Amino acid sequence: MAKLVFMGRLEDVAGAPEMAVKPGPVEQVLAALEPALAVELLGEKIRMALNGRLLTDVGGIVLAQGDELAFLPPVSGG
Amino acid sequence: MADVRLSLDAFDPAVEIAGFNARHPNAGGIVTFLGQVRDSGGVEALELQHYEPMTLPGMQELARVTERRWPLEGLLILHRSGVMLPGDAIVLVCAAARHRRDAFAAADFAMDHLKSESWFWKREKTAAGWRWIEPRPEDHEDISRWRI
Repeated sequence: MAKLVFMGRLEDVAGAPEMAVKPGPVEQVLAALEPALAVELLGEKIRMALNGRLLTDVGGIVLAQGDELAFLPPVSGG
Repeated sequence: MADVRLSLDAFDPAVEIAGFNARHPNAGGIVTFLGQVRDSGGVEALELQHYEPMTLPGMQELARVTERRWPLEGLLILHRSGVMLPGDAIVLVCAAARHRRDAFAAADFAMDHLKSESWFWKREKTAAGWRWIEPRPEDHEDISRWRI
C-alpha cells in the first residue's frame, strides 16, 4: 500500500491524519477519494510532498508501494 | 554550527538562554527572541503540528541560510510541537555575533521564516472549540522584506 498524509485542517476534512491507498497514478488515487476531499486536496494553496520532497507538479506522479504523499496547506509556525 | 531542535515537550527558555549565552563568551551581542502562547483572547490551548520528514530538515536549512547571510558566533533555533497552554514557550531564537546589528537581523530573519515558511500548522482552542490558524497577510509582508 501507499500512504496519503493530511496536515493541518486537511486532517479534519479527511477525518483522519493519514490514509492507506492502493499504489498507482496519483490521478487515479485521488479519483477514488470522496469528491469533497479530493477537491480540497487539489486546492490552489495546497502543496504536496512525495516521501518528504516537495513536488512542483503532481502530473505524471505514480505512487509505488510504501510511498508517502503528503498534502500541505499554508503553514503557520511561531 | 547552529543548534537546531524540534521539541515535543515543554522547554524552559531561561535555561536554554543561559546555556546559549555561556557557550558564546566571544560574542559582543546576543539577541534572544521568545515566542509564547499569549494569555488573552480566550485561548485555552494552542497546538502546533509538524511533519516529521520535513519540519526539522527545513529548520536546519533555515539555520544554514541564516549563518551564510550574517557573520554569527552562534545560532539557536528551538521550536515546540504539540499542545501548549497559555504562557508556554513556542519558539526560541538566539543569535550571537560580534556586533549587535548582525545578531538583531539574523534573529529577525530566522523568526520571519519560522512563522511563514517552516513546516508547522497551528490551531487554537477557545470555548468554541479548535480552530486552524491560517497565515496572516502581515506574515508574508514580513518575509518579503528579506528578498534580494
